[in-house]
Amino acid sequence: MEMDKLGVVTTFIHNIVVYNIPLLYGTVGEIVVEKSGSLNLGVEGIMAVGAIFGYIIGCYANSIAVGILTAFAFGALCGLLFAVLTVSLQANQNITGLTLTTFGLGVYFFVGNGLKAVAWPAMNDYSGIKNGFADIAIPGLSQIPVLGRGLFSHNVLVYLGVAIALVMWWYLNRTAPGLRLRSVGENPGAADSVGINVKRYKYIHICLGCGIMGIGGYYMGLNMSGSFNSSCWINGYGWIAVALVIFANWNPALAILGTFVFGFFNTLRVSGSSLAAAFPGPLGWLAAIPTQLYQALPFIITAIVLVVTSVRKREGSGLPAALGLNYFREER
Amino acid sequence: MKKILAMVMAMAMVLSLAACGGGDKPSTSAGSAASGAASSGAAGTSDAADFKVGAIYINSKNDTAGYTYAHHHGITTAMEELGMDPATQLVIQDEIPEDEQQVLTAIDTLVGEGANIIFGISFGYIDAMEKAAAEYPDVVFSHATGYKCNDTNFNNYFGRAYQARYLAGIAAGLKSLETGNNNIGYVAAYGTEYAETCSGINGFALGAQSVNPDAKVYVKKLGAWADEVNESAFAKELIDSYKCGVISQHCDSAQPQIAAQDAGVFGCGYNSDMTADAPNAHLTAAIWNWNVYYRTAIEAAMTCGDASNYVSTLGSGAWYGGLKEGFVDVSPLNEATCAAGTQEAIDAVKELIISGEWDVFSGVKLHITVADGAATVEKADEALVDNTGAEIVAAGGPSVEDSVITGTMNYFVAGVEEA
Repeated sequence: MEMDKLGVVTTFIHNIVVYNIPLLYGTVGEIVVEKSGSLNLGVEGIMAVGAIFGYIIGCYANSIAVGILTAFAFGALCGLLFAVLTVSLQANQNITGLTLTTFGLGVYFFVGNGLKAVAWPAMNDYSGIKNGFADIAIPGLSQIPVLGRGLFSHNVLVYLGVAIALVMWWYLNRTAPGLRLRSVGENPGAADSVGINVKRYKYIHICLGCGIMGIGGYYMGLNMSGSFNSSCWINGYGWIAVALVIFANWNPALAILGTFVFGFFNTLRVSGSSLAAAFPGPLGWLAAIPTQLYQALPFIITAIVLVVTSVRKREGSGLPAALGLNYFREER
Repeated sequence: MKKILAMVMAMAMVLSLAACGGGDKPSTSAGSAASGAASSGAAGTSDAADFKVGAIYINSKNDTAGYTYAHHHGITTAMEELGMDPATQLVIQDEIPEDEQQVLTAIDTLVGEGANIIFGISFGYIDAMEKAAAEYPDVVFSHATGYKCNDTNFNNYFGRAYQARYLAGIAAGLKSLETGNNNIGYVAAYGTEYAETCSGINGFALGAQSVNPDAKVYVKKLGAWADEVNESAFAKELIDSYKCGVISQHCDSAQPQIAAQDAGVFGCGYNSDMTADAPNAHLTAAIWNWNVYYRTAIEAAMTCGDASNYVSTLGSGAWYGGLKEGFVDVSPLNEATCAAGTQEAIDAVKELIISGEWDVFSGVKLHITVADGAATVEKADEALVDNTGAEIVAAGGPSVEDSVITGTMNYFVAGVEEA
């Protein structure tokens, strides 16, 4: 059939943003947590908890703002649990993070199935959520052909995600508390010796980061129109976010780029055949790629990124030196 | 651990002795229960009151939509129709992955709980169920969507979903005539790789073409039986890039219908009536009435006398029901969305199929015209042609064999394209 070439490209760009910004939330949240020296592998579970409570309470309040705040709060609560276990009780961070994933998914299904047996709130019935999640075109910019609708006509959570990423970049790199936070992640002993309250910094930023992840989960739920089924809304995005942290070199601004690069390959699965049909000459080969390769592509890219970043020199790396190590003051 | 086990067993023996000796009643129920219920699980000898049904589900029995829900609902409905109580007479192992060892363990548990007939609903249970049927000859095993069976206590069951798809295709085709948009999208788990999806897509396309000869069906393959994120994304892609005005689906969730509603287009669901999910978009869904089979199977298992007679009582090791048996159907039409005359056209074709006068994949095609609330169906000898132009059935030729429809169909008919 005759395809609308520009339309296909526009849709492709639009989809890259819409379906992958939840990754940005997960990634930025994890960067904030890791900059405090804590490796939290529970992103998947935390996003799930934020998603389910954000969605349900947001619906009952019929307000997307309440949903966002609730998702943040419940994500932060998961962070608090992680902080109590690893910062105060010195539990192993890897194990605690993995446990949090299992725990979070369990809570997700427990609450979701439980509520569904009674009455599940359908997104269509809540105009506040439905309208709140509708695309908002940025005046002027959204008039640009192709890129306009692709990049500048999105729901509020897309803009919020990018804003959070930029603010976090500014906070980490341009403010005094950000500097102190980074010092906690690099060398908590040294930070402690100059009077920084290591515990407090860790607690605050673990909760903050996990709260951001929670909002990402909420976004996933809204993307699924709040339809609760036997598969989880988060669908493995939490794990990809953990890898994207390394891709972004622990830099929240670079995380935006990382999300789009990753999203490009992720979205090829959806739009590849349309692109092939619209541009049979240069892109016709896209249609010949089997679905299975498209399915594997995001993970192949992730693996390549991990290999490349691992062989790269430590110099210039944003990896916090004390990442994953618990700080025990008496052992200083 | 050993000590505790020994004590528990000793206690059980003492208790069972006490139970037997306590009264003069000729009851041996306590004794047989304690000595392992495997021997009590003989099919065919029981009446409705102490007959037990076992079921192995791929997802949770508490699901409120989707594949497992459809089967669970079918089994409980059939049991209630037969005067049985699912609360006490249905034993379930749910969330059992397609792993042979785990399925065998689930079967052992169900047999231990006294199940007389065991239903396994997922394709991947096939080998485990075959093994278990040999291991427990006095229990009946019944496997959905599979192809293995024996002559005694093990059968498989599936249905002519393509017939229901054809009817849904009529609804989609009439809608495409009404909107003037001939492009119809189809979000499918798989395409030509599986005869199940392939025959469904072809049936749907032929149905749409019976009312709108210009209808084109664009199929987008997920490469997975369930993938909610992409079910939504694929539907949106078909709407945005392929300009599809009706979205059909072969996947579990209602995401494609919700996407259709959000975009202001229409859709045909699958497995269950999805009108509640997308009231402004959904036309009708191809559905399964699993209870029809489950009732037949449970009745056969109860009346066959001995499990080894089960397959002969049922009639065939491969039970394959369609519109005629009421096993597949379309959900009640959504009057808010369906084009005028849809009900009449569907009813007319349904009658042709049920009477056995005509079937979907043959050298005879239907041409349906709807005018003033009445549908005219004309038969025409036309070859069944695939989308490369190769002839499958010559004009006027016989129906495609059932074994092809269930097993080897691997082509799309003309008018179907992969998107």
